[in-house]
Amino acid sequence: MTTTTVRTPTPGRRRRRPSLARREARWALLFLAPWIVGFLVFQAGPMIASAWLSLTEYDVINPPEYTGLDNYRQLMSDPQVARSLGNTVYYTALHVPLVMLLSLGLALLLKRVGRLQGFFRTVFYLPVMTPAVAVGILFLLLLNTQDGLINRGLALIGVDGPSWTTDPNWVMPGIVLMSLWSLGSTVIIYLAALQNVPRDLYEAASIDGAGGWARFRHVTLPMISGALFFTLIVNTIASLQMFTEVYTMYFGNRETQNTFNSDAATFYVIHLFQEAFQFLHMGYASAMAWLLFLIILVITLVQVKLSNRFVYYEGEEQ
Amino acid sequence: MSRKLGAAALAGVLALAAGGCGGVGGGDDAGGTATSGTLSTMGFGLSDEIATSRVDAFKRDHPDVDLKITEGAFDEQQFLSAVASGNPPDLVYMDRKLIGTYATRGSIQPLTDCLDEQGIDMGQYRQAARDQVTLDGTVYGIPEFSQVRVLYLNEGLLKQAGMTADEVNLADWSGLPRLNAKLAKVPGGKLTRIGIDPKIPEFLPMWAKANGADLISPDGRTAKLDDPKVVEALSTGLKLIQDQGGFGRFKSFRDTFDFFGAQNPLTKNQIVAWPMEEWFLNQAAKNSPKAELAVKPFVDRQGKPLTMSSGQAWVITKGAKNPDAACAFVKQMTATDTWFAAAKARADARKAAGQPFTGVWTGNLAADRKIFDELYRPTGNKRFDDAVETVRKVQDIAFAMPASPAGAEFDKAWYDAVNRVLAGQAQPAEALARAQQEATAALDKAVK
Repeated sequence: MTTTTVRTPTPGRRRRRPSLARREARWALLFLAPWIVGFLVFQAGPMIASAWLSLTEYDVINPPEYTGLDNYRQLMSDPQVARSLGNTVYYTALHVPLVMLLSLGLALLLKRVGRLQGFFRTVFYLPVMTPAVAVGILFLLLLNTQDGLINRGLALIGVDGPSWTTDPNWVMPGIVLMSLWSLGSTVIIYLAALQNVPRDLYEAASIDGAGGWARFRHVTLPMISGALFFTLIVNTIASLQMFTEVYTMYFGNRETQNTFNSDAATFYVIHLFQEAFQFLHMGYASAMAWLLFLIILVITLVQVKLSNRFVYYEGEEQ
Repeated sequence: MSRKLGAAALAGVLALAAGGCGGVGGGDDAGGTATSGTLSTMGFGLSDEIATSRVDAFKRDHPDVDLKITEGAFDEQQFLSAVASGNPPDLVYMDRKLIGTYATRGSIQPLTDCLDEQGIDMGQYRQAARDQVTLDGTVYGIPEFSQVRVLYLNEGLLKQAGMTADEVNLADWSGLPRLNAKLAKVPGGKLTRIGIDPKIPEFLPMWAKANGADLISPDGRTAKLDDPKVVEALSTGLKLIQDQGGFGRFKSFRDTFDFFGAQNPLTKNQIVAWPMEEWFLNQAAKNSPKAELAVKPFVDRQGKPLTMSSGQAWVITKGAKNPDAACAFVKQMTATDTWFAAAKARADARKAAGQPFTGVWTGNLAADRKIFDELYRPTGNKRFDDAVETVRKVQDIAFAMPASPAGAEFDKAWYDAVNRVLAGQAQPAEALARAQQEATAALDKAVK
């Protein structure tokens, strides 16, 4: 007869080996450390400083003077803020749905292309690589009322094209047209999402009698809803921060300021930039930046909340 | 502490809203004298012989000064970032119209001591240039070039219309629409030739002055944008544009012009009469020497010659680490002999390229006299020689927009007003009344 003694580790006497999840978390933190440090130093720190400065009158040159909520009160009554915010929201409302629809259409077409798909993917993405300043200048030429390519094209079908860059009613549509130049990145995201939809789902749907539209509506859209949601968020944020192309087209720099600019092209971030760097109202500009941050935060939270109803994530725990 | 906070805030504003951009400052080297140490500049470029020959002269005379030139046009974002981080350059080369704003905020130094110590005589600079660098009687900048505006005429097209250059009378405002209609070509509503380009918004101050009004008081503190004479000036310019198919077509046609090339609107017969800066004369002499160009002074409503001056200036920043060398640098860069040597370098370069030398116009009156008396020689092309004489004459009568404590906001107010009028969003009186309110609020705040 043998006696076996089973030793059970006594709590506290021997260190428990970390679980796999905990070890993974440590490694993750280690790899994330550079970004976290960068975020704290280059993002969080300046954001906190600008939050403080938004409560001051500050011209960058002299020490800030605490003024409480004056800047925020002024924001509420500044007609230029209301106008520029209105322009920005108008642009976002036009740009985001249009980019998403066109990109999805192009991605669906690209998916049907066989061996040349790689070539067309590159072609559609190339415009994204064009510097924003170059895009602004390019579209000033394309949108030229008398000799621009766009109005010449319209003339071929008997349409007298509008004054895209000077008529206040057409300035924004012109800018939206320009913004479509760089929809390639959204197309690529959608194409990747479309290619990840399992073929057997389409086969099963077909066997069940689903037609083309039904397959798109009940298979494709739910399966790529994650990508749609992602591009909705990213494009909305980018639209609310629109700056470089429009600044190049209508506002130039100090040397080229003698050009025409339009109230209809004054975006929120352009107004913010002017307040900060041309008029030296850095405290006020900080308040403007925080207002924009809050607007983006609220819109994003609403979108995230809505996404719970409309977005399908594979592998998600129900 | 506040500077660090400021630098952090600059980054914060950008992080929250727009995007980042680097700053360029004076480096870590501190101190120095007029003949030693490090000297850093911003906003200046070594783009041609006028710049390089003067910088070389300074380097030759100050071998122990380590001159660091950060090339590129003045960038207010870059400048403010450098100031906020406590690392500003010693010298900044900026548009003279910005000086009032930066002087009021204390980011640039009064040059009173600099002028005394280096013995710089402000009397050598043109009055209009001096007005732009002086705020409340204190000098804040040393002027460089002097750009003035003259009236260019395509005499070939005038002949086709049965006219001569002498018959173009800008003093008769009531006759301008008739003259414009005679010169412009708008077949089927498409503008193919501009008759008269009033060049607004940018030349509104000159049109207003021609009508006996200023946009701002001489001390730069009181806006006068709603003056009926300013409204009349804007209305006159607006009518000239509206009669040529409206601003949309007018601007889009003008946007296709290349004033710097051989295919300029003068050569292509796209424009008949237009006020413009004198630099186009150099371009025309180089690119279109055979063009039938006539140059006349812009005139007021009494027919008296009139022009507006503008240009750049050197300023020394608050916190400059080597103000003595900075002062020595601006003295030498704008001195009569230095300008003369630079003009000679330009003349030699033009001669080597087989191109005419049409002079250099600086903010230094004595330098200009020396250049034109001792160096300039008529090209033999009567049109260009007469044009040079015209520019010389109007240089001496030029006016300038005075330094203002809220110069940038003031400019934006009246530019926006003109743009609203051009875009058809407002009538001249209404737009200028709004601009008056905006400008007054900005000026009141700045001088508070």
